[in-house]
Amino acid sequence: MALYSDKVMDHFRNPRNVGVLEDANGIGEVGNAKCGDIMKMYLKIEDDIIQDVKFETFGCGSAIASSSMATELIKGKPVSEAMQLTNKAVAEALDGLPAYKMHCSVLAEEAIQKALDDYHSRSENK
Amino acid sequence: MIYADNAATTKMSKTAVDAMMSVITENYGNPSSLYSIGQKAKEILEEARATVADVIGAKPQEILFTSGGSEADNQAILSAAALGRKNGKMHIVSTAFEHHAVLHTLEKLKKEGFEITLLDVHEDGIVRPEELEKALREDTCLVTVMFANNEIGTVQPIREIGEICRKHKVLFHTDAVQAVGHLPIDVEADRIDLLSASAHKFHGPKGVGFLYARKGVRLSNLIEGGAQENGKRAGTENVPGIVAMAAALAEAKENMARNAEILTEKRDRLIQGLGAIPHSALNGDAKRRLPGNVNFCFEGIEGESLLLLLDDKGIEASSGSACTSGSLDPSHVLLAIGRVHDVAHGSLRLSIGEDLRDEDVDYIIRSVSEVVGYLRSFSPIWRDLESGKKPHLL
Repeated sequence: MALYSDKVMDHFRNPRNVGVLEDANGIGEVGNAKCGDIMKMYLKIEDDIIQDVKFETFGCGSAIASSSMATELIKGKPVSEAMQLTNKAVAEALDGLPAYKMHCSVLAEEAIQKALDDYHSRSENK
Repeated sequence: MIYADNAATTKMSKTAVDAMMSVITENYGNPSSLYSIGQKAKEILEEARATVADVIGAKPQEILFTSGGSEADNQAILSAAALGRKNGKMHIVSTAFEHHAVLHTLEKLKKEGFEITLLDVHEDGIVRPEELEKALREDTCLVTVMFANNEIGTVQPIREIGEICRKHKVLFHTDAVQAVGHLPIDVEADRIDLLSASAHKFHGPKGVGFLYARKGVRLSNLIEGGAQENGKRAGTENVPGIVAMAAALAEAKENMARNAEILTEKRDRLIQGLGAIPHSALNGDAKRRLPGNVNFCFEGIEGESLLLLLDDKGIEASSGSACTSGSLDPSHVLLAIGRVHDVAHGSLRLSIGEDLRDEDVDYIIRSVSEVVGYLRSFSPIWRDLESGKKPHLL
């Protein structure tokens, strides 16, 4: 059996929404280099809808695939829906992750929540 | 496909396969049986023992066949520890970058009351004999230092270490799993008391290896039962594996000098080519390393994704990143030579074989360079390094 599902390999080989959003109004970075995974999410939110999302990731195959899948799951969705995103949903959408790689999906969830927090605190300070 | 993971395992040579087939199909007897095919099996078993002994300058009765390198390491260390305990000597000297077959056995002994000193292997991945000598105590019963490291390939000053141990009357074991069949070894001249080896690292089969124990060094059993292997390792001998190992080893010895020359030339071209990738660094001394070992760290990327993308390009290699080991920490070897976690996660080991073609060398350099560049293009760490937010470490 292969280490990863076809879905994971597809998102790893052809990651969706890779890069930086210069006009992002919500940015979240989680993880640390010591553990070998860092994810950074950029959100462009207008009228409470996630109009655009991009990511940058330093990490293993499942970290890159989890970031990619997480961006797909929230793109075009209302903020309230994105706030409900769980790591389980990310892992399931990838047809599962090996047990010791589940933390990659947790990082993806946390990166998005952190970017949403950043968006909310920016809005409050306006 | 370019197979560049020969330190993990090698393809069996045709000589070894043929030797194994002849045992399986013709000489299938049990060496402990009295009738003809049993005695024939005993005969070829002893021939194999003589062949193996000859390659490392030992006597046949000093060779014990095992299931591989890990078993040999365990038996060597536990035997020396048992002798030490009997004499009230419960201190062992080793290094921080041994194979886990050694380190975990030492951990076990530590729980049983042994004191373990792990020597520094410095930035170049080489043990300093003078530091080893200083670490020896009245109650030191064993020194165990690997011949060549399995990850970064650095070759240790074995003969100097052996001489120091002999002078201080301390047993000397070396895990020579990566060296046997690749480097000249003479257990007499190198003053080695115990040596472990594994067949599948020199084009022999998996699941077989040997332990050399100098005459007079009393071994303890890991496996109790029948009287095979001089009563020191019970269980019907793996005759097909042992015969194939001996054939592979004899062949490796015959071709050793030529292979080393071919591999060294390609290794050095790889080191030069990969070293040209910005913010990369070779791990371990550039010259005192196995002829086929290349090990690099690349800043800003993680090893597993590098391996997966290289696999897509038909290159099979390995990494010391945490994600390839199933743990959270990167390779203990890279940490031992002073690489920080951030950098150690981005490592690549290429262990090349004799069949690597000249054009493969260029293809590997080009492919690694491309993949590293691609992964850096969306690495937040790399962005921070390039923007000056964090300083480059390599």
